[in-house]
Amino acid sequence: MIFAEWKPLDELIDKLEPHKKVLLAGCATCVAECAAGGEKETETLAPLLRMALKKKGHSIEIVTATIERQCEWEFVEELAEKVAGVDAIMSIACGIGVQALAERFDPVPVYPGVNTSALTIREEAGIWAARCAACGDCVLGETFGYCPIARCAKSLLNGPCGGTRKNGKCEVNEDVDCVWSLIVERAERRGRLESLSILRKPKDWSNSRHGGPKRVIREDLRQ
Amino acid sequence: MKMLVGSNLERVLAAGHFAVTAEVGPPRGPDPGDVKKKARILRGVADAYNVTDNQTAVVRMSSIAASKILLQEGLEPVMQMVCRDRNRIALQSDLLGASALGLRNVLCLSGDHQSAGAGGKLKGHPGAKNVYDIDSIQLIAVVKGLRDQAMQEGGDSISPAAPFFIGAAWTPLGPPEKFRTIRLAKKINAGANFIQTQAVYDIKRFAEAVRRAEDMGLTDRAAILPGIIVPRSAGMLRYMNASVPGVEVPDEIIQRMKDASDPQEEGIKIALELIVAVKSLSGIKGVHLQAIEAEGLLPDLIKAAGLLPRPHVY
Repeated sequence: MIFAEWKPLDELIDKLEPHKKVLLAGCATCVAECAAGGEKETETLAPLLRMALKKKGHSIEIVTATIERQCEWEFVEELAEKVAGVDAIMSIACGIGVQALAERFDPVPVYPGVNTSALTIREEAGIWAARCAACGDCVLGETFGYCPIARCAKSLLNGPCGGTRKNGKCEVNEDVDCVWSLIVERAERRGRLESLSILRKPKDWSNSRHGGPKRVIREDLRQ
Repeated sequence: MKMLVGSNLERVLAAGHFAVTAEVGPPRGPDPGDVKKKARILRGVADAYNVTDNQTAVVRMSSIAASKILLQEGLEPVMQMVCRDRNRIALQSDLLGASALGLRNVLCLSGDHQSAGAGGKLKGHPGAKNVYDIDSIQLIAVVKGLRDQAMQEGGDSISPAAPFFIGAAWTPLGPPEKFRTIRLAKKINAGANFIQTQAVYDIKRFAEAVRRAEDMGLTDRAAILPGIIVPRSAGMLRYMNASVPGVEVPDEIIQRMKDASDPQEEGIKIALELIVAVKSLSGIKGVHLQAIEAEGLLPDLIKAAGLLPRPHVY
């Protein structure tokens, strides 16, 4: 899922201060799964914002709405009625949702309430970890199902750097596994350690953001 | 024997001498005098001098500029190059520039992550964006391409070729230990001519790792120079053992430093014993010496190890 976290409350307050009535818009898909922008979080954040604004002497009304997906136009449309009465929107969906609202409801300003930071899996309750970096050139077939692009701090393709800790964790974060340790372990278990001795050539990054903003046209799907 | 590039380091190794390299960290400022001062202290005690590339992700004078200053001072540099800060375009551009300036040795490294920031002693730039377009092994292959095929990574030719004696690092005792020999082999297959290792304190385990490399025929294909860092205190050794990945310090060495009435003297004694120990290992072609921010200790150490004067090989 796309992972996001609330921005600091002070930053949100700064953005809302000039407004009179604000729609706090949640999204019931990825950001609900990562407990940042679903209906529950929308209804939790709204009173926090009201209290903080009131404390600073502002009388700003905050209304809420959570739709199924802020990244699909037909769901976005459901917000139209509520947006009609506000002078700003704060979206706590990922950056895709924020931009969809900004496009649909222009010129109403839309502020992000969260920072979108990774493509993750929920490892267990309350723990999310990166799994994909959308690099556009998948290597999982050569790395025994572990992604070194998203999960190695240096995105190394030819094995671990010298920074693997004694306990197999990454030098950058002691709570994160050195993904190359995991790759080597799995390769060894499958009796295929030798396959990791192949030199991996420089990667073609052009099918990711590095090749310019992505835009895909599938003629077969266009009528 | 046909020389690849004829750098002093290559000539010394090719002539069968036990090589000595030492590390020179560039200053955190623009004063060439800082580099020259270190050059004056270290002139003549090693065959080549590693110039670090923003080590621990702290901004320092560029490796390429400090290397050139060393060269002007009559010391042969090993320009270190990390993959953290430059993409393949900038790395190759700097390699061509380094070649134009007469730099002939390059050590290819992944580089410390930008979150390292000198282990928290300095601010550093933890909010920096890293690059890692290519990794250290791919960089080795890129340098080899510029030298042997006169070809850039993208396939465009250059003229003339850019001659570099290519180095790489090895962390033999880092986990996963079994893979470390394979990774060394990858570096040598990619084109590494010499290998400088992470600091060695545990001779027994290091010797076992070298034996594995020797069994794979690797010690004949690249010159392995074990890294030896002069210990300064028991605290430093405890810190390295606990916090520097791949560094294993046996308890008895830490205890010796703890019991020493003069830790500096004891540290030099330990370094000396380590040099003697690695020198006796089959497959070892030299040493890479570091006395972090205490380069002044190195001349006496190298002399005491019987490694002076350094050979002149033409």
